[in-house]
Amino acid sequence: MEKRVVFRSAWLPYALLAPQIAVTIVFFFWPAAQAFWYSFQIQDAFGINKEFVGLRNFADLIHDSNYLASFQTTAIFSLLVAGSGIAISLALAAMADRVLRGALAYKTLLIWPYAVAPAVAGVLWAFLFAPSIGIVTYVIKKAGYNWDWVLQGDQAMLLVVMAATWKQISYNFLFFLAGLQSIPRSLVEAAAIDGAGPARRFWTIVFPLLSPTTFFLLVVNIVYAFFDTFGVIDSTTQGGPAGATQILVYKVYYDGVKAGDLGGSSAQSVILMLIVIALTVAQFRFIERKVQY
Amino acid sequence: MRTKIRVGVLAGAVLLSGTAGAQTEIQWWHSMQGALNDKVNELANGFNASQKEYKVVAIFKGQYPESMTAAIAAFRAGNAPHILQVFEVGTATMMSAKGAIKPVYELMKEAGEPFDAKNYLPAVAGYYTDSKGNMLSLPFNSSTPVFYVNKDALKKAGLDGTAPKTWKEFAVVAGKLKAAGQQCVYSTGWPAWVHVENFSAWHNLPIGTRENGIAGTDTEFKINSPQHVRHVQMLADFAKKGLFTYSGRKNEAEARFFSGECAMLTSSSGAQANIRRNAKFDFSVNFLPYHDDIKGAPQNSIIGGASLWVMTGKKPAEYRGVTKFFSYLSSTSVQVDWHKSTGYVPITNAAYEVTKKDGYYEKVPGADIAVRQLANKAPTPNSKGLRFGNYVQGREVIEEEMEGVFAGKKDAKAAMDAAVRRGNEILKKFQAANKS
Repeated sequence: MEKRVVFRSAWLPYALLAPQIAVTIVFFFWPAAQAFWYSFQIQDAFGINKEFVGLRNFADLIHDSNYLASFQTTAIFSLLVAGSGIAISLALAAMADRVLRGALAYKTLLIWPYAVAPAVAGVLWAFLFAPSIGIVTYVIKKAGYNWDWVLQGDQAMLLVVMAATWKQISYNFLFFLAGLQSIPRSLVEAAAIDGAGPARRFWTIVFPLLSPTTFFLLVVNIVYAFFDTFGVIDSTTQGGPAGATQILVYKVYYDGVKAGDLGGSSAQSVILMLIVIALTVAQFRFIERKVQY
Repeated sequence: MRTKIRVGVLAGAVLLSGTAGAQTEIQWWHSMQGALNDKVNELANGFNASQKEYKVVAIFKGQYPESMTAAIAAFRAGNAPHILQVFEVGTATMMSAKGAIKPVYELMKEAGEPFDAKNYLPAVAGYYTDSKGNMLSLPFNSSTPVFYVNKDALKKAGLDGTAPKTWKEFAVVAGKLKAAGQQCVYSTGWPAWVHVENFSAWHNLPIGTRENGIAGTDTEFKINSPQHVRHVQMLADFAKKGLFTYSGRKNEAEARFFSGECAMLTSSSGAQANIRRNAKFDFSVNFLPYHDDIKGAPQNSIIGGASLWVMTGKKPAEYRGVTKFFSYLSSTSVQVDWHKSTGYVPITNAAYEVTKKDGYYEKVPGADIAVRQLANKAPTPNSKGLRFGNYVQGREVIEEEMEGVFAGKKDAKAAMDAAVRRGNEILKKFQAANKS
């Protein structure tokens, strides 16, 4: 049975929608259209000279080895963030689901990091791991390992992945916990009676039943890694060293805002826009159908 | 009753705006934080108290890139400030924005304000002067990289504490420090500024063609010369042997020096105040080391810092106020005070002479190193300064490539070649965007 509200007035539904549409147009469609238009232009920072150059900005990007490297960096970064974020939060959720005493306290603590702003999370981790004054650095150096993410790209990547993942774990945790709790107890109990151990029960019953949630989180986490980790990166590595943590979104910001290259930056954001559209379509086509809310 | 109050408020507002209207307001956007912000406010207040006609309002608009972006956005929206502080790497961008900026020499001439570019320190003014010798923006806060040495650490390593003069001597001293157990021997702030830009000027080598871009935007980088490659390779070798510790692209290294972690440092002369306040050891400020086998070295170093640009589209009365304010800023007493309290170099010859006569440099040894290094020799086309379009990006490219070398992932030749190739792409793009 589907519930449907029918408006008798011809204009009322539109009037009710108008504010939301206005906001969307002003803050989303208008800038997107502008970026689209700028991406075909070369202009100086002040916008005094504007010249239509067709696809030159895009051609420049394709020939820019750094831009291609940034794609690779983004891919590695996103997969690491999404992969480790999902794995860790699934493990945590599975454990929290079994906790009998003080469950609320555990859950609250696990959800807490979600309330922290990305920039704050970045600064926090950057301080802990700062090459000369960080507490964790001190311990690592005592153990005889050379920790210096200011120069070592892999370590810088590890740092931003940790900071970005830590922040997202709470969100994933919530979904997994809800997913776990919606799995009928009788199924798990029946398996237990048949002699399946906890690991076997998890992999043959719980995990498959969680798969829609996992898939949904995978897309959400990848989108998060693509776009929402800007604050983490800006407050820690700022894309360095040697571009090792320069993800696509950071490069758009850097080239457009800091370097004043609006044409190149717009071309990059158009490409990013296409990626978002592709991801969104994928989400609707494959996930919307399977996820049980 | 209510209408009466309203009328009263209105009348009050009119009165207030009346008094404000008599004074011409001048907006000044800047990026000076902390103690420097206080100093900037002091400058504005000093000027406002010195006369009644104009009122300079100093507004902090974020760090250099942010305030520049804010001003660009404001210009596009038609309400730019009168005066904008722009860092040195933004110079070419400002200079090419012909419809957006009003050159200082033109402004002074139109307003009939006495102004002679020759009164300004050549090494400072040269950076903001076009190829015909016209000053386009007013130098404000200028510094140059200098070489700091922890004398106590050197003595502990069995040395007499004098700073090495050449890179050869440096290698010997560094080796001894390392052998004596010094954890971090040497670090540097602003790697591209110190080890590429100033390295070039200090050895009279071109950074780019067309007088480092000052003579025209059709310029190309020249930083992959054998001398450049050798210098970067030397640093990489130092890094491998543990004689050089990379700290980052900004001034992160300074804290490592004054905490005693690193024994030697090359960074901005502007760091002196901070080092003096924090260092619990005896240190010296010295000229940058040089390679004695490169002919003509040491030449002179070049500046960093920022200058004040005047934006277009303001009323003549407002421009007159700007010129008065600039004259105030350039006056000897203001400059002497600015130099002493901030550590930035004085921008006029007169201010330098007065400070010298004061005996200030005997009292605070090292405070004159920056000026002396800038004026070591008459600037050549290689050491006058540099002007590269989109150099915010260009400098980043250089830093990225250097990081690759220091991390041991690239050899110096390949990295500097890549820096030139990538840098030239950026220059070409800038040239295309600023044709007119």
